[in-house]
Amino acid sequence: MSERPLSFLDRPNSYIGKSVPRPNAQRLLQGRGVFVDDIRLPRLLHAAFLRSPYAHARIKHIDTAAASRRPGVVRVVTAADLAGLCTPWVGVLTHLKGMKSAPQHPLARDRACWQGEPVAAVAAESRAEAEDALAEIAVEWEELPPLASAEAALAPGARAIHDTLGDNLAFARAVDAGAVDDAFARADAVVAETFTFARHTGVCPEPRSILAEFDPGDRRLTLYCSSQAPHMMKEIVLRHFPLAETDVRVVCRDVGGSYGVKIHVYPDEMAVIALALLLGRPVKFVADRLESFVSDIHAREHRVAARMAVSRTGEILAIAIDDLTGIGPYSTYPRSSAVEGNQIVGLTGSWYRSANYRARLRVAFQTKPPMSQYRAVGHPIACAVTEGLVDLAARAIAMDPAELRRRNLIADEAYPWKSPAGLLFEKLSHQRALERMLELMDYEGLRREQRDLRAKGIHRGIGLASFVEITNPGPAFYGVGGAPISAQDGCSVRLEPGGSVTCAISVTEQGQGTETMVAQIVASVLGVALARVRVVTGDTERTPYGGGTWASRGTGIGGEAALQAAKALRANILDLAGAMLQAAPGDLDIAEGWIVDAETGARRIGLEEVGRAGYFRGDTLPPLTQPELMATRHHQPRDYPFAFTNGVQASWLELDIETGFVRLLKHWVVEDCGRMVSPLLVDEQIRGGVVQGLGAALFEECLYDAAGQLRNGTLADYLVPMAAEMPDIEVAHLETPLAGTELGAKGIGEAGTAGAPAAVMNAINDALAPLGARVSEQPITPARILRALGRL
Amino acid sequence: MSESVDIRLTVNGQAVARRVAARQSLVDFLREELGLTGTRAGCEHGVCGACTLRLDGAIVRACLLFAAQLDGASIETIEGLSRSGEIADLQAAFHQHNALQCGFCTAGILVAAAALLRRGGVPSRAEIRDFLSGNYCRCTGYHAIIDAVEATCRARAGKSAP
Repeated sequence: MSERPLSFLDRPNSYIGKSVPRPNAQRLLQGRGVFVDDIRLPRLLHAAFLRSPYAHARIKHIDTAAASRRPGVVRVVTAADLAGLCTPWVGVLTHLKGMKSAPQHPLARDRACWQGEPVAAVAAESRAEAEDALAEIAVEWEELPPLASAEAALAPGARAIHDTLGDNLAFARAVDAGAVDDAFARADAVVAETFTFARHTGVCPEPRSILAEFDPGDRRLTLYCSSQAPHMMKEIVLRHFPLAETDVRVVCRDVGGSYGVKIHVYPDEMAVIALALLLGRPVKFVADRLESFVSDIHAREHRVAARMAVSRTGEILAIAIDDLTGIGPYSTYPRSSAVEGNQIVGLTGSWYRSANYRARLRVAFQTKPPMSQYRAVGHPIACAVTEGLVDLAARAIAMDPAELRRRNLIADEAYPWKSPAGLLFEKLSHQRALERMLELMDYEGLRREQRDLRAKGIHRGIGLASFVEITNPGPAFYGVGGAPISAQDGCSVRLEPGGSVTCAISVTEQGQGTETMVAQIVASVLGVALARVRVVTGDTERTPYGGGTWASRGTGIGGEAALQAAKALRANILDLAGAMLQAAPGDLDIAEGWIVDAETGARRIGLEEVGRAGYFRGDTLPPLTQPELMATRHHQPRDYPFAFTNGVQASWLELDIETGFVRLLKHWVVEDCGRMVSPLLVDEQIRGGVVQGLGAALFEECLYDAAGQLRNGTLADYLVPMAAEMPDIEVAHLETPLAGTELGAKGIGEAGTAGAPAAVMNAINDALAPLGARVSEQPITPARILRALGRL
Repeated sequence: MSESVDIRLTVNGQAVARRVAARQSLVDFLREELGLTGTRAGCEHGVCGACTLRLDGAIVRACLLFAAQLDGASIETIEGLSRSGEIADLQAAFHQHNALQCGFCTAGILVAAAALLRRGGVPSRAEIRDFLSGNYCRCTGYHAIIDAVEATCRARAGKSAP
């Protein structure tokens, strides 16, 4: 099957491509995970925050005296108390031309710009005592007019939220490629729709959590974070606090879900670090669910006006979009809040052949919580807009939607390909993926079933959505914009005296299975059992330097570093074994923990003998032999800015036209993420991602009133997908290995979330079509469906 | 708010006597006083199910109860259920199917699923989904959880079949 020569990865005992249970899941199954809130330190203090009750208000005066006298309270602080400890930050990327934002502080100074912005902090002996004290803080507020909607924020004459910025436009971008006007003029049909995507949020099972331990004796700070990027967090601390590079350590133990939420700099977390420095005692802050809803980053909130031109024969001639997004009062640090819109501009329509593309993006400040990168940044919007237009176009020219896709998806032989917005695709498989999907779901059979049921008054819909997914971002993504975010990752692999292997790697684990993936690669290359590999992650002092796990880079970048490190160690082990056995290293191999004769497979000595000789019995080795039983390698993508994956999703659902309720019957995904290290973990990334996408499509929305107040900020009011509403999700794969790395792996974390909302929206519209109705506003709630049907 | 209450209860088979603040929730009591951190506070509104445990044989939300209510009660947490071996097969099935990712919600889901298993028989996937509809998982998409519970139900039913 493989077009490549047999490598370490394809050997008979290789773990690559095998689904193995995650070794590190056992303790989680016994309730023995260690999340930040499970860490107890002597003299631990607990922080609680007073947050702005208004979307926009001047802080005229804060009186903390009564709160400071409460039992158990150690310190109450406001912005003024932290001014000398933590410098402000501005969340712009310099390569996004014209981007602007305002300085942000750990606690609001003079003015709060969203409901939930931290204004004062209490450190107390217990969380309960800290919260009791919050009630005693007296703030004199002067309410200011809110600017909740992005439209209002950019309206002529709108007051700038930050006077120094002049207006509320954080970033704008335009693309005009090919001959768009000409294409629309010669089209047989033009379809248009305005799609809206509500604000929603990550709802991590474990809320944001941080524990800052400061030792004033040697000025050493240890942060226990629930984060995806410990090295980045350390750089942030060094930029804004008066600490030396040698004196900051960031540790991430178990992370209870993140999905992009816990990769940003949050003012309350910076305040906790400042409190630890100020008090010389460990300080812990775990957001409760209510404050999570108003202080975690939100995502999406886009309104996209879109048009597509198509010929009678089903050729997509042009696509044009105009995206307006609201990002709250500050661009989030250090990744900014412009990336989502930027990716929508880049991604929309990019999997179709049409060379005519126009896009406009406007990113607006508003008085709502900051919005930034959350799983599948921009993808679900770009996909829903594109695929929504494709279905509209298919209807306009009376062509089957699968056929219209078939006629326009980039041909599998056409690569490398450059999209009109400038994205480079190395090698994708859209056509094969679509055919595989139609077969997997029995598209024709479902269409027949749908027709038969319609005759009985049962309204079912089929929705398709092709997509691309951005993975393995290279150094031109964040580093070039001045953010201290590494695009490379490193891995150290060490043979232990007993023949086991310890591996330290800078990509991190939040449950995706990172450590298992690394162990599978290392065990395969080194010829040892998986159980003989221990993987260490999440500690800036114990792992090589690297970016962490985000943007689906763990396997493609971290996995390649692990592969190369293991290869280097393998060569060192064989050198030493050769010296011990007086054999040429090239005549030896490692299999099942043994040094074996490469040709016959005959066992010579165990790896533990190599380890013991190397570490304890140098006296037995030939003169001048210097065993090197540890190796480190790094990897960063250099040939392409990103490694794109591709796929297609399909949804089959039933609509109750009396109630507007949608019942998801089945969901399918065909994905090509290059070489799969663990099909099990890949499937689970896809399924989890799909369900996050289904939540956005059907349920999740941060509902704001005109005053900028969140109306559904509890988990009882904000709807998330639960087991009963979710369908079974069938996943199938194609494997087009990535060129430029030996592993050939791409990412997979965004794909599910990228395509699911589009597939469901198209399926709902497919069910609605005979009734002359359609929806384009997500989440597609029963009320919105009934309104589309004219029944509400 | 400083009122305290003396309680005696059984936690994972062990007798416990404590003086607790009247306002302390059961989940905080287990975590802060007994170090049983496997029971987790996810929403404190009884919605997410991360604090699900067994109280006098029935599954409850530890965030919706006060410790002070529990004089004389018997509680089993994930730590106790793991130690007794009662859910070893369920845990193994979760491991095999990768029915967990971050693991924050997992203990609550296992405790809830154990209650379904105690009913016996092999429920349909829809019934399993319905039974677990009070447990929020953001990572897995639920499919593998349903697989793991279904497989355990089948295995137990097979064992007990005549």
